[in-house]
Amino acid sequence: MDARVFVYVAHEDGKADDSALELVTAARSMFPGSSPVALVAGSGIDAVCQETAASYGEVWKFDQAALAYPNAELLRPLLVKVLPTGAMLLLPHNTFGLDLGPGLSVKRGVTYVPDVVGVDGLEGTTLKIVRQEFAGQVSAHVHCAVAKGAVITVRSGAFRPAEGGPAAGQIVDRSADATGLSARRTFVELIQAEAGDIDITREDVLVSVGRGIGEKENIALVEDLAEAMGATVSCSRPIVDAKWLDRPRQVGTSGKTVKPKVYLALGISGSFQHLGGIKGNPFLLAINKNPKAPIFQAATVGVVADLMELLPVLTEKIRKSR
Amino acid sequence: MEILVCVKRVPDAAENEISVGAEGADIRRDDLVYSVNEWDNYAVEEAVQIVEREGGNVTIVSMGDGDAEEVVRREMAMGATQGLLLTDAAFDGSDGLGIATILAAAARKRQYDLILTGALADDGAGQVGGMLAALLDWPYASVVNKIETKDGKSLRIGREIEGGTQEISDIETPCVLSIQTGINEPRYVGIRGIRKVASIEIPVLDAGALGIDAATVGATAANVRRIDYFVPQLGASAEMIEGSTEEVAGKLVDLLKAKGGIR
Ligand SMILES: Cc1cc2nc3c(=O)[nH]c(=O)nc-3n(C[C@H](O)[C@H](O)[C@H](O)COP(=O)(O)OP(=O)(O)OC[C@H]3O[C@@H](n4cnc5c(N)ncnc54)[C@H](O)[C@@H]3O)c2cc1C
Repeated sequence: MDARVFVYVAHEDGKADDSALELVTAARSMFPGSSPVALVAGSGIDAVCQETAASYGEVWKFDQAALAYPNAELLRPLLVKVLPTGAMLLLPHNTFGLDLGPGLSVKRGVTYVPDVVGVDGLEGTTLKIVRQEFAGQVSAHVHCAVAKGAVITVRSGAFRPAEGGPAAGQIVDRSADATGLSARRTFVELIQAEAGDIDITREDVLVSVGRGIGEKENIALVEDLAEAMGATVSCSRPIVDAKWLDRPRQVGTSGKTVKPKVYLALGISGSFQHLGGIKGNPFLLAINKNPKAPIFQAATVGVVADLMELLPVLTEKIRKSR
Repeated sequence: MEILVCVKRVPDAAENEISVGAEGADIRRDDLVYSVNEWDNYAVEEAVQIVEREGGNVTIVSMGDGDAEEVVRREMAMGATQGLLLTDAAFDGSDGLGIATILAAAARKRQYDLILTGALADDGAGQVGGMLAALLDWPYASVVNKIETKDGKSLRIGREIEGGTQEISDIETPCVLSIQTGINEPRYVGIRGIRKVASIEIPVLDAGALGIDAATVGATAANVRRIDYFVPQLGASAEMIEGSTEEVAGKLVDLLKAKGGIR
């Protein structure tokens, strides 16, 4: 099928998001031979458009003061208006894609294809993709009927960024299409996450604890281990949700991005939102009682064990070895 | 405020080792522990807190077979006055849009000011809330981690976006919000709480009662179909360390020392 393929380019502070280049690769592997068109919306976005034109053959620019903040409720009617019938639109599967995508597919009357991690090919009008379910414990082959078009969200890191060649893409100013937009949700402000006393982003050795620790009282076992190692305690989201540790210790897409040399994942399953916060390829030691936990695919070294048994022994041995 | 909360019964991913059954047709379900989807539990707590503050009613709705009733009742015990079960063989195999279509039909049966869903469930799609809003033509916000009632016509909400930044907006009611974990601390529900709601009748609505054309939902209408489950063969996975607890701990000490993990 020769559907037109579009990519929504998210940007912040005058720079395109990392997803912009990954989505080029995703678009090409889903729709071979297509040359995706980039959609850039915002206010004062010439620099982003120029940056994007280096990797896309065509860039549609929607420059309006009302679009200064990417409010999905405003962008949805704009996209419904400007996307041609049958078009495929790729978005990042992040909090913006979650906000915009599902409703957009309904309003366009097209298929919604969420959180793609792999592509098996296009057969006629059937797009064959790979997704993950059950927090990444199993994968699924999924067939999507995309004859009428689709809204597709793509997981960060699933596709390699396209080489940003000098495509010298053409920038088409479509700002006139983005007038008179209104939404029943209005953006007020952004509140940055509180800083806190500790800064896990600067630590070389992190001992990170997840829901597998079971109870609040057991956090002490992890603190003991970290102390014996001379390391800092960090954690996954459920530990912060339960208020067992403070928010500044959370690693992940909605927490901190860390770059340690050594990272211990204790009772952490390895969701992509957690792994998304670990950069710089650390020596990653995972301890988990479930041999199939996805964390073992990301770890350097793994141990299948019950934390309650292993942690006290490990802490004791480290203390003695000093 | 009249609040509808959509909940799903799911295998508890933290409790279970999920494995793939024969020929990948399904996961092995025999020994699974089921519970309410984690995100939905926060949505119910939030709805109950709003109603405790402002008055009104919370209704819990779930699409699913008879087994989902237990989950509806458990969530009702948190402080909801009503429950609804949407059950029909014609619903089997629905994709996200099918499920949203069924929930939208249930939502149209009454006047609600607010509909809450979880931000995500076991399939990781995070799609039903946004689709439901679009079908009802209501405004929508996802990954919500704060709801303040302003006046009768709008809410001040926070969305938790990347890096934990909170995006504050005002949204008109009626609206659909998908709730992120951590927005509150869901209350504990004991046997006594569940007993209190045990006698409340939970109406079961099928496609006919909901006024849904069965051809618009279920497997035949689905544009997105799961063909099978599989466990991916990944090239580079972890080097596994085995042995007695003593042995493993000993090896880990050596490794951590070598990698600079003990300072
Ligand atoms: C928009 C969005 C943003 C998110 N942002 C983040 C984020 O920034 N950071 C984050 O971490 N998550 C984030 N999440 C949540 C994420 O999807 C997962 O729910 C979360 O990471 C799971 O945390 P966990 O691994 O600790 O818990 P679980 O997934 O419940 O895993 C617990 C693990 O412990 C193991 N275990 C249990 N008992 C034991 C024992 N006795 N000994 C050894 N192992 C044991 C289990 O086998 C399991 O693998 C986000 C989700 C959304 C929707």
